[in-house]
Amino acid sequence: MRDELLAAVDLSAYYGERKAVGNVSIAFRRKAVTALIGPSGCGKTTLLRCFNRIHELSFDARVEGSVLMEDQDIYSAGVDPMAIRRRIGMVFQRPNPFPTLSIVDNTMAYGGRGLSRAQKQERAERALRSAALWDEVKDKLRSSPLRLSGGQQQRLCIARAIAAEPEVLLMDEPTASLDPIASAVIEELMASLAERFTIIAVTHNMQQAARVSDVTAFMLADESGTGRLIEVDDTAKLFTTPSDRRTEDYITGRFG
Amino acid sequence: MTAEPRFRRLARFVSPADRGFAAIVVAGSTLFALLILGLFAELALGSWPSIKAFGPAFIWKSEWDPIASKFGALPMIYGTVVTSLIAIVLAAFIGIMAATFLAEFAPRWLSTPLSFLIELLAAVPSVVYGLWGLFVLAPFVRTTIGPALQHILGWLPLFSGPIYGVGMLTGGIILALMIVPTVTAISRDVIAAIPGDLREASASLGTTKWETATRVVLPAAKVGIFGACVLALGRALGETIAVTMVIGNRPAISASLFAPGYTLASVIANEFTEATTSIYISSLIELGLILFFVSMIVNGLARLMIWSVRGSERTAV
Amino acid sequence: MASFAGARDRASSTRYKRLGRRRVYGHLGTALALGCATVAAAALLAILGYVVYQGIGAINWAFLTQLPHPVGVSGGGVGNGILGSLIIIGTATLMAIPIGLLTGIYLALFGRGAIAETLRFFSDVLSGVPSIAIGLFAYTVLVAPLKHFSAFSASFAFMMLMLPLLVRTSEQAIRSVPQSVREGALALGMSNARATLRIVLPTAMPAIVTALLLAIARVTGETAPLLFTAFGSQFWETNPSNPMAELSLQVFTYAISPYPSWQAQAWGGALLLIVAVFALSAGARFMLSRAMRGLEA
Repeated sequence: MRDELLAAVDLSAYYGERKAVGNVSIAFRRKAVTALIGPSGCGKTTLLRCFNRIHELSFDARVEGSVLMEDQDIYSAGVDPMAIRRRIGMVFQRPNPFPTLSIVDNTMAYGGRGLSRAQKQERAERALRSAALWDEVKDKLRSSPLRLSGGQQQRLCIARAIAAEPEVLLMDEPTASLDPIASAVIEELMASLAERFTIIAVTHNMQQAARVSDVTAFMLADESGTGRLIEVDDTAKLFTTPSDRRTEDYITGRFG
Repeated sequence: MTAEPRFRRLARFVSPADRGFAAIVVAGSTLFALLILGLFAELALGSWPSIKAFGPAFIWKSEWDPIASKFGALPMIYGTVVTSLIAIVLAAFIGIMAATFLAEFAPRWLSTPLSFLIELLAAVPSVVYGLWGLFVLAPFVRTTIGPALQHILGWLPLFSGPIYGVGMLTGGIILALMIVPTVTAISRDVIAAIPGDLREASASLGTTKWETATRVVLPAAKVGIFGACVLALGRALGETIAVTMVIGNRPAISASLFAPGYTLASVIANEFTEATTSIYISSLIELGLILFFVSMIVNGLARLMIWSVRGSERTAV
Repeated sequence: MASFAGARDRASSTRYKRLGRRRVYGHLGTALALGCATVAAAALLAILGYVVYQGIGAINWAFLTQLPHPVGVSGGGVGNGILGSLIIIGTATLMAIPIGLLTGIYLALFGRGAIAETLRFFSDVLSGVPSIAIGLFAYTVLVAPLKHFSAFSASFAFMMLMLPLLVRTSEQAIRSVPQSVREGALALGMSNARATLRIVLPTAMPAIVTALLLAIARVTGETAPLLFTAFGSQFWETNPSNPMAELSLQVFTYAISPYPSWQAQAWGGALLLIVAVFALSAGARFMLSRAMRGLEA
């Protein structure tokens, strides 16, 4: 019914006394790629980490406001953050495969409770195929993920996240630590994953945002260092005819 | 959604599995804390009869007569201090020089195996040092080191009197061997942590490597090296078995380093199982309590000094 | 060298000579430092060499497997001491692992407050407490009340000796697992318990095993607390509530005995102890290199 799966309402995030993200309200369209862009320190990563309640793992971190998933506030009392994180997967800035688990065990690390052995095998294969990694690892499923290249490790992390079949996939600068070729593979992957998942991706790279996203949100830190949402629009429109002057300055490189 | 930040970390253990996990973890560490408190409490409790009977005079009375139930710790404190001082003087000199060599002068192919050998020295069991001390070092002190020292320095009371072989000097030498690895390993790490630009600055003034090492690098590392020595001193104070085997075990204060003596630890080792009266046992436990406090203070100091330079909380070797 | 060449033009010949003398001092100093390093290393070789020389003759199958013989009867061995060491140290290890790991986990996960700081401080204090004082503690809680010596009280003392190293190393090993790995696990919806036990702890394991091996090596060479806990025994004792023989204790007893045949056995036992301790240290070094490799990747 509703076109929006996930929304932040007047959301602020703090580290101790420092307000890192201030009063952000934004809604994310189902099965679309939304890019969060902005200069470093604008709070885009912090905002992303509020959506699956990973933000609160940082020391002294807290959140005000709410994040609605299908009209339920994921920060209300009685909501299990573990259940939220199963519905909202995450891919991190640097590949972080679990060092002691094999490639296939990494893929199925979320548990796969209630699945038979064969079903798990099948699901792992499906996830690895979706992450465009299957052909490269099918002969070494039992070996350590640390032998893979950085790009392969990142695709393994994507496979690990989508094996749990979440509805939303958060990606925190997923290509930041990769070379251009590996980045291109991940970007293609994002486009194909958007058919099944609602993707929210932080990126430091405007060209990347323009290439992969349907919607782009621009954030900027105000003078007190608090990240504010400046503008959200269809990517095509935001990059050609932004309505806010600050957005225009940023995308034309006149910023800072 | 404001929450008091301090307790958020614990509060996040919300699922039943997490609560059980947190409970077990807290239980385990509580047990650990109780063990440490128990150690202190039991030593204090066990010493109580002796503390009540002798008061603070226990520390400066020099009579140790189990038959008359008169106990004073002075001879053992003296023996402990003398042997540890001999040990730390020898070990500090050898250890710091060795560390300087390993960190500043030795090529890699030499420093790695030498470090390895010196650190292995730390792994040799105490009882093996004692055995070697008793059968090799003590005779050597009696026939060679002792007479030589007496020949040169015999006019000093320190080197007068008969040489038995076993005695405070032998105990001190054995302790020195046991703590050299501690001094060397930590000093080497501290020296290696001194920034390289200091050395380059010194070398650019046309100094030799030796001058750079002794005038620039060692002074910069001195707090950490001092800490290493204090830590080693703490080990020497509490070392038991090796000293017990070579010190001669006599509760007397003698000026001569060749004379037999006793340390706090060795008197406990030697007499505890033979102690019959409860005041005797209690006095021995009080010696243990004194040892506990002394080593606690010495170790605390050493760690503070080592951390202040090394800057990390890496526990010492 | 360039600045030196520039200075040489202006320098008088005496000044040049002074540098020559400084060079000589430099060489002498270096030689002194080398000498000290050699003395320390030579001391080890002297001790090792002598123990091997004296001990190797005592070691044979009977020495490893038989009970001690009474004075005057030749032969006999330290079989019961070896068995006792295994039982006492094994029990101590089994007790130290859970307490040490749980405390390490506690400090790593919740270790920011005053309670944790106090716990760390006390753990460091404990690592400096002389083993003989810990032996007294084991005596007052486990021997005196029951009125008899026991192998278990020795294990208890050894456990106390192992704990500080285990606690601090497991804390640091768990902390050194990248936060991103832990977050990765939690982001999949794992509970904290599962993320810690299944993902974080295995990653930290090589470093923890290193510490465990070092702790075992330390107590293997430890004798003092045994004097009034395990006490020693002439028999094949396996019941932990009875007095038990232990190898290093046997070495001590034999060494200070007046009988040459026992003293010969002491050398044999000393050699066994050294082999055991060095093997454990070598194992620890091997695990450490694995731990380092794991962290690099």
